Amino acid sequence: MSTMDPSRTDLGFTDPDPRRSGPLDRIPSIVLPIVSVLLAFAVGAILIWLQGVSPLRAYAVLFSNALGTPEGLLRVMEKSTPLILTGLAVTVGLRAGLFNIGAQGQLLVGAIGAAWAGYHFQLPVIVHLPFAILFGMLCGAAWASIAGVLRAYRSVSEVITTIMLNAIAIALVDYLASQPLKEEGQPLTRTPAIAETATLPVFGIVPSGFLLAIAVAVFFGWFLTRTTQGFRFNTIGLNPTAARYAGISVKGTIVLAMAVSGALAGLGGAIETLGVTGRFEPAFNAGLGFDGITIALLARANPIATIPAALLIGTMRTGAAALQFQTGIEPEVVDVILAITLLFVSAPIVARLLFRNRNIKQTTVTSGWGS
Amino acid sequence: MRARYAYALAIIIGIAILVFYAMDQVRTVSVLAFSLRYAVPLILAAMVGIICERSGVINIGIEGQMLMSAFAGFFGAAVTGNLILGTLIGVGTGMIMGAFLAVGAVTWKMDQIIAGTVINILAVGLTSFFYAQGQVLPGNTPIVAIPVLSDIPLVGPVLFENGLFTYAALIVPLVLWVLLFKTRWGLRTRAVGEKPSAADTSGVGVQGLRFWNVTVAGILAGMAGAYLAIEATGTFERGFTAGRGFTALAIMIFGAWNPIGALGAAFFFGLTQGLASQLQADEVVAIPQQFINMLPYVLTILLLAIVSGRIKPPAAVGKPYEKD
Repeated sequence: MSTMDPSRTDLGFTDPDPRRSGPLDRIPSIVLPIVSVLLAFAVGAILIWLQGVSPLRAYAVLFSNALGTPEGLLRVMEKSTPLILTGLAVTVGLRAGLFNIGAQGQLLVGAIGAAWAGYHFQLPVIVHLPFAILFGMLCGAAWASIAGVLRAYRSVSEVITTIMLNAIAIALVDYLASQPLKEEGQPLTRTPAIAETATLPVFGIVPSGFLLAIAVAVFFGWFLTRTTQGFRFNTIGLNPTAARYAGISVKGTIVLAMAVSGALAGLGGAIETLGVTGRFEPAFNAGLGFDGITIALLARANPIATIPAALLIGTMRTGAAALQFQTGIEPEVVDVILAITLLFVSAPIVARLLFRNRNIKQTTVTSGWGS
Repeated sequence: MRARYAYALAIIIGIAILVFYAMDQVRTVSVLAFSLRYAVPLILAAMVGIICERSGVINIGIEGQMLMSAFAGFFGAAVTGNLILGTLIGVGTGMIMGAFLAVGAVTWKMDQIIAGTVINILAVGLTSFFYAQGQVLPGNTPIVAIPVLSDIPLVGPVLFENGLFTYAALIVPLVLWVLLFKTRWGLRTRAVGEKPSAADTSGVGVQGLRFWNVTVAGILAGMAGAYLAIEATGTFERGFTAGRGFTALAIMIFGAWNPIGALGAAFFFGLTQGLASQLQADEVVAIPQQFINMLPYVLTILLLAIVSGRIKPPAAVGKPYEKD
């Protein structure tokens, strides 16, 4: 079998092992992420211990502040919501063979789009809220589509363009919030507050945005496995040549998958604006995109599994502030633990420890430079 | 870009620089010096990309490799109180990070883009966790004026009155070009990046060559990081590299995976940034700062959209080598 013959490949994708059953599912899907997380916590414990704090106490603080009180639980759900959605955004991309590193930028334009739709119009709730949410999704989809179109029609790697679009989005929303969409007579760089009619309600301690995110994750679990369009996404991800022979428009599907991915990240931003912050401020919404990658790989590109993965990371992010306050440990220890988790789930370190006798093949989930 | 167009563009830019120099010497030299400072880390980082991709390995982790090196170099120098030691620590960290990618992408045959992404995220996590405020460097790096050459008008003050890493950035592309296209190592490296099965058949150890190339290329990422922290700014902040590692990959592509081409592309990038800053500083144009900040990224996307499809990456890039 020659895997190196470029004429056999399209879009730079090669399948090193034809017996492979699907992306990311060679090893029992639950065991590896759990062991990886536990080992990452062990490494984090060493870092905490080196700073002279008892790791058990630090972890107790990290989780008890987040999970021990109703307010903490509300915050965890709020924090997890954009994480579920950026995780889904990365997941949908990976399924279609696209590595969307731009969830951060798509989330930002979605957040500011929803803020504009939320304060600029006077509409009844029944229209205003869905409109503001959809407008945020549309902004995210449009932003991601730049990368999708360039990938499909100009063979430009989405990896580079989405990273560049992140940087552009950061500058763009900063400009928008400091000039054209700025709240009048305010020293702060921020948009006006959204109207009451565009606000996502909180049911008791459960934010409605969180329920929406869960519903979307469940929908995509169904969509990717049970619908024709979902099948198309998976097919262009696994084998674009076969997809073309099966009559699937590879280019159209790439653009669509990227747009859907961007819409999901945009939804994350919209919910953040409409349900949590109530306006757009550039200082909010930082760093969520990278977490989306960690979540998608921790969930092994399974939409339903993004929910527990996002909840875990949301809990750690919620508890990080208390960690610094009560133990003096830098909250960035969470970033280290998450990065090590990502390393363990994606590199075959843990897999080799767990499954010593099996021949573990690494799977190719991204499609290289796309040329 | 086809070589003809690149030459034509270079000549036009050269003439324009001479015209500007005749009109305003001080400003022209200052814009060019800014451009070079902007280009140095991009040149070094683009060389990392070229060595890796010519060997068949995508290195999306250059950003993280630079960030770790800048961090290690800066705090190494600040803690030991020795600039040379700090620089060596920074460069060494680059090589360790190169080896990290080599283990993941070559030995373990991980998805190369994910292996690089792991490096980037790990670098952000580690450097922000261990970041400490209030550290300062024990001194400044020396500016070395090369006798005679530095007295040439225009060229002298821009090119021949610099720190050591700047000279390295100007020399490394030339050396790498010779190594890649005129030596046995270069031929083997290109073979491994284009058609590893053929290289393997003719007795080249594909895995070993890829591993060492990716590892040694890390030294250049270390130099880029150390340059930023020690020579260019004398500071380190969280998220210090600000996407330069990714821009360098775009520069590698514009340069058609050729060291000299990438050197030119990096200069072009530096020049646009230098001009934009000068125009803004002189209040010639009232462009909001955010749009100036966007410029290199917008330019990257535009140029990629134009040149993509006309230049081909090494055929085997991104594909772990499996023996048949």
